[in-house]
Amino acid sequence: MIEVKDLHKSFGDVEILKGISTFFEKGKTNLIIGQSGSGKTVFIKCLLGLFPYEQGSIAYNGKIFSELTEDQKRDLRSEIGMVFQGSALFDSLTIAQNVMFPLKMFTKQSKSEMEDRVDFVLKRVNLIDAHNKMPSEASGGMQKRVAIARAIVNKPKYLFCDEPNSGLDPKTSIIIDNLIQEITNEYDITTVINSHDMNSVMEIGEKIVFLKDGLKAWEGSKDTIFKTDNEAVTNFVYSSELMKKVRQMYIEEKQ
Amino acid sequence: MLYLHNIGAYFLMIVEMFRKPTKWSVMKQLILKDIDDLIIGSLGIVAFISFFVGGVVAIQTALNISNPLIPKNLVGFATRQSIILEFGPTFISIIMAGKVGSFITSSIGTMRVTEQIDALEVMGINSINYLIFPKFISLLLYPFVISIAMFLGILGGMVASVYGGFSTAGDYIAGIQLDFNPFHVTYAFIKTGVFAFILATIPSFHGFFMKGGALEVGKASTTSFVWTSVVIILLNYLLTQMLLS
Repeated sequence: MIEVKDLHKSFGDVEILKGISTFFEKGKTNLIIGQSGSGKTVFIKCLLGLFPYEQGSIAYNGKIFSELTEDQKRDLRSEIGMVFQGSALFDSLTIAQNVMFPLKMFTKQSKSEMEDRVDFVLKRVNLIDAHNKMPSEASGGMQKRVAIARAIVNKPKYLFCDEPNSGLDPKTSIIIDNLIQEITNEYDITTVINSHDMNSVMEIGEKIVFLKDGLKAWEGSKDTIFKTDNEAVTNFVYSSELMKKVRQMYIEEKQ
Repeated sequence: MLYLHNIGAYFLMIVEMFRKPTKWSVMKQLILKDIDDLIIGSLGIVAFISFFVGGVVAIQTALNISNPLIPKNLVGFATRQSIILEFGPTFISIIMAGKVGSFITSSIGTMRVTEQIDALEVMGINSINYLIFPKFISLLLYPFVISIAMFLGILGGMVASVYGGFSTAGDYIAGIQLDFNPFHVTYAFIKTGVFAFILATIPSFHGFFMKGGALEVGKASTTSFVWTSVVIILLNYLLTQMLLS
């Protein structure tokens, strides 16, 4: 579980996060949603320790991140898997080498053990016969799957995904969403996804945190988001005609 | 203030480069790859430029000797002094600032833009050590490049002198051996070592701390070349003042 208390982050005079408190549960897909510029990426980068914050605390299973020593932080980070918006695969390494990278860095496994594990996770994300391709030869969807494989290869306790569906077609987006949810349940990990894709919200949003102007404006789940009358959430989530109809149908069905 | 901030950040980066080292099995491969990219990959252009610039230095010297009392071996002597003292260490380093420096800045800058550096940091890897330390180690072989440049420069001078009819091979070789001071070679390699450090770290600094997108990667490469050249020229002056005067 990840617990965030009163998190503040500024860049110069501009306050981006204005005191966010929430928690992300283990074994669930937790979504952070909000408009562009609402502070989602800054929030997730603070959670990862990539951005220092001025006030507040972030605790991983009760351990407050800012109070850890450098070695403890390094140990904690080896338990974190991250899927970046642009996949962030290493250009100079093949797909198999990219996936093997965390194993080479953090384990003492033999080469054959590492190769077996890489084969396993690449099969798990439905990538077969792609081992020797370079990232530049892979499609956007393949790159995302490689990034997921790299994130889970070292059996992390926490999985972070920054807009995993950006730039993907709707069908591939659903495949990626389902894959993330399956992996979350299978490995019983804490998954935090930063998204503004409404399909993701409705499909896998077991817990949803809605950010607006650097503040937590609402939190709930994919079920409660249909019922909420929070104006900020409804304006954002049901901004399209399609989503309005989906909500109407849901309410009628429940009645 | 920004200059002071950048100078401070540069020295902090150098300290960080030696902390939390990457696993040796991984580092070894990175060093070998960087030796291939930075050293082996530069030999061709260095050899080509050295040979022909050596030739030009010899021709220019010969054409400026109008007094018949000046011995012909002066061509070899002047070429050797120019190549060993300045052309080898300094001129080649400026060329390397363009070739190797731009490569380092753009490759690290692209990793920054595409979040590959963030990916390393999220994994708990000291990204400065992982990216910059292998470049520093591989550039420890830079004196080897400069040795080749010196040899080919002097050889180019001899070829140009002999085939241009400015001097005989015997005169030229006698000139090379005339008043040879071994400390000049030591001085050249001290400069080379300092310039190697500059070539590894300043372009890395500009790539690592760049912000923005693809356009900024290009700008960072240009800025890196300018600053690497400026620092090399300034240090060249200071080292010459300290070691030779």
